[in-house]
Amino acid sequence: MNILYDERVDGALPDVDKNALRLALQTQLPDLEILHQREALKPYECDGLSAYRTTPMLVVLPRHIDEVQGVLRLCHERKVPVVARGAGTGLSGGALPLEKGVLLVMARFNNILHIDPAARTARVQPGVRNLAISQAAAPFGLYYAPDPSSQIACSIGGNVAENAGGVHCLKYGLTVHNLLKVDILTVDGEHLTLGSQALDSPGFDLLALFTGSEGMLGVITEVTVKLLPKPQTAKVLLAAFDSVEKAGRAVGDIIAAGIIPGGLEMMDNLAIRAAEDFIHAGYPVDAEAILLCELDGVEADVHDDCNRVRQVLEQAGATEVRQARDEAERVRFWAGRKNAFPAVGRLSPDYYCMDGTIPRRELPGVLRAIAALSAEYGLRVANVFHAGDGNMHPLILFDANQPGELDRAEALGGKILELCVEVGGSITGEHGVGREKINQMCAQFNSDELTVFHAVKAAFDPSGLLNPGKNIPTLHRCAEFGAMHVHRGQLPFPDLERF
Amino acid sequence: MGSEQDFDDSAALLEQVNQALENATPLRIQGSNSKAFLGRRVAGELLDTRSHRGIVSYDPTELVITARCGTPLAELSEVLDASQQMLPCEPPAFGENATVGGMIACGLSGPRRPWSGSVRDFILGTRVITGQGKHLRFGGEVMKNVAGYDLSRLMAGSYGALGVVTEVSLKVLPKPRQTLSISLEMDADRALLRLAEWGQQPLPISAACHDGQRLHLRLEGGEGSVAAAHDRLGGERLDSAYWQDLNEHRLSFFDEDLPLWRLSLPHDTPRLPLPGVQLIDWGGAQRWLKSAAEATFIRSIVEEVGGHATCYTPGLIDSPFQPLPDALMRYHRNLKRQLDPRGLFNPGRLYAEL
Repeated sequence: MNILYDERVDGALPDVDKNALRLALQTQLPDLEILHQREALKPYECDGLSAYRTTPMLVVLPRHIDEVQGVLRLCHERKVPVVARGAGTGLSGGALPLEKGVLLVMARFNNILHIDPAARTARVQPGVRNLAISQAAAPFGLYYAPDPSSQIACSIGGNVAENAGGVHCLKYGLTVHNLLKVDILTVDGEHLTLGSQALDSPGFDLLALFTGSEGMLGVITEVTVKLLPKPQTAKVLLAAFDSVEKAGRAVGDIIAAGIIPGGLEMMDNLAIRAAEDFIHAGYPVDAEAILLCELDGVEADVHDDCNRVRQVLEQAGATEVRQARDEAERVRFWAGRKNAFPAVGRLSPDYYCMDGTIPRRELPGVLRAIAALSAEYGLRVANVFHAGDGNMHPLILFDANQPGELDRAEALGGKILELCVEVGGSITGEHGVGREKINQMCAQFNSDELTVFHAVKAAFDPSGLLNPGKNIPTLHRCAEFGAMHVHRGQLPFPDLERF
Repeated sequence: MGSEQDFDDSAALLEQVNQALENATPLRIQGSNSKAFLGRRVAGELLDTRSHRGIVSYDPTELVITARCGTPLAELSEVLDASQQMLPCEPPAFGENATVGGMIACGLSGPRRPWSGSVRDFILGTRVITGQGKHLRFGGEVMKNVAGYDLSRLMAGSYGALGVVTEVSLKVLPKPRQTLSISLEMDADRALLRLAEWGQQPLPISAACHDGQRLHLRLEGGEGSVAAAHDRLGGERLDSAYWQDLNEHRLSFFDEDLPLWRLSLPHDTPRLPLPGVQLIDWGGAQRWLKSAAEATFIRSIVEEVGGHATCYTPGLIDSPFQPLPDALMRYHRNLKRQLDPRGLFNPGRLYAEL
């Protein structure tokens, strides 16, 4: 079932006279940059999920918050859908435009407003890049902890909208754990401040509700994040295993030893080979799985923890345990992991990155099931895994130029996500639902739960003009999807081993 | 794991909610009633959550525990203790029989909060009986989960106004290998300055309180970092029971016969010129005030520095929680109307309008 907006199941969108809207915007906001010609709109027709494209009706690029407010008010009056976009790096199509909608690009709000070292906060505009915050805080020995792998390019507004993660979540949390305050504009352009400079605020925790709401409840205009003191030191251990099961068990053993690593990553053989071939990180290419375990903190503790983890890994049956000898080697070990996606990309014309989470104990069974699905669909799958927090990123290799392969990859991806739900996990750990996983939401939530989500939406955007069609599927869509794929009173994958 | 009183009573709770829906009777959701002194009084039929109790699952290597709302907080701590783990946010109990449900509804956190995060930060998933009379599941038992709106974390500190939380999954962590508490001779102004300075350094501080005379610190981490920090900071040893007494308001400060206020402030706010006595917790971000001053006066001072004030003395003022700006209140009411259209759950507990 196609994921592009389908008015038949996703709800009718108002018909808007493009030229009249453009004229009204120009008249009311004379300084606002508006793109409307075909070639100017082209760069905005997709975000990081580039397999899906829609040309927006208009793109607006405001430079002042007043203009954002003006755009929202006008669109609200005229019943025009608005899709907000930051840096456009999202992987779930959360900023996928609508043919009948305005794309509101927030990328020009890229000023760091204030770094306050004593308060350990940074107040920034939504278009500021994730990494730029840490760079601005570095002179004070501080940094912003969440580090999605797109951190060079992705913007903080998008991080908040998606509740972005990264490789250090187990110890340092997600975006939601590292925010103090977010300023938003509602669908009709009203300003609200959620959270505060203090650690809590009176009333409902709307800051938590808005984080990860995918642009459905309001448009983010300013963000205040917490900064942390930079850990004194970080060391990384690389362990090789002759089976994925053993590597999975070793992760549990590390936690059981009372150690919370700064980062704990796993890669399977296909991912190891791809990364080694690309980066020459020094990975053992014959290993069935490797673990990268980073320990950070105060020198003395990190030294102790390294010894403890080494022991745990050896006892868990690691065939080899290496500690990066110096900073250069540490960076190289990580470079292999951080470039795993493009490395896998070199093996195949296209790849499709999944984002399910599972309870860690389910890992061996889920990997076996993924291998079986991979064979069934005739597509290779490389596995990269935030092992510490149960977030898997299976990469499905395919060739979009081969008829039917994209559809097969999509179907295989859908099956993997449904598998995650079945074992008690989630269809998305950090990339968001967007449009990409809109159908799988029907597998994760029942219609009553979806109805509650629609009620939350209605509390903030009763006219449904903010980012229509994302995040929460209509019951109509689920009814059609259910009839085609899941449910039918029987479990999916009846031929697979259960666990 | 598991006690004789473990029981899944969710069907009865759901039945009572549906009955209340039918009769249009508001409900007063209550565990052990240990935090009755917080918020406004609720008129409504009692919905007692204590029969729905027990730990549903706990796997220490997954760092997740799932418990029913009526489970005593003490039982939760005991079970975690046995595996050398903890709920890092240290929720205060304010009573021996405090329940997990009350912990979520009030969302209060203890001395470690600025360094570890709050109750809401450790919530991974909930089961909730909604205003439509449905028993639903939001979030889950995994660390990362961004599917749908985050209704689970929204429940923390909502004082039962949005639904009955029947079950919660919480992230837990291993206890630190080493803990050491110290006390330093230092006045409050200087303590606030030092805390802001230390906060920018990788020191293993996990609690910081100034009682008017002395600065009390807790150091937690590995043996090496704790010893190094102790060498550097010096000070006298302090009994670690101090933090429990602070958390449960058992210090003599709290005996003073004056109204008690909780001030939540940016942690580096200088000492506030308010009548009465103050105790600084959370490294400056939470201050306890014993004062006879007018609510509006206290709130105007606190608001000016970007904070808010909650009155902990029941019955003193009509709105113990700081009133919300009009626009924000409007969206609170919209949300309440959407999730609890019949106004069933704890009407008026948080604000008269909700």
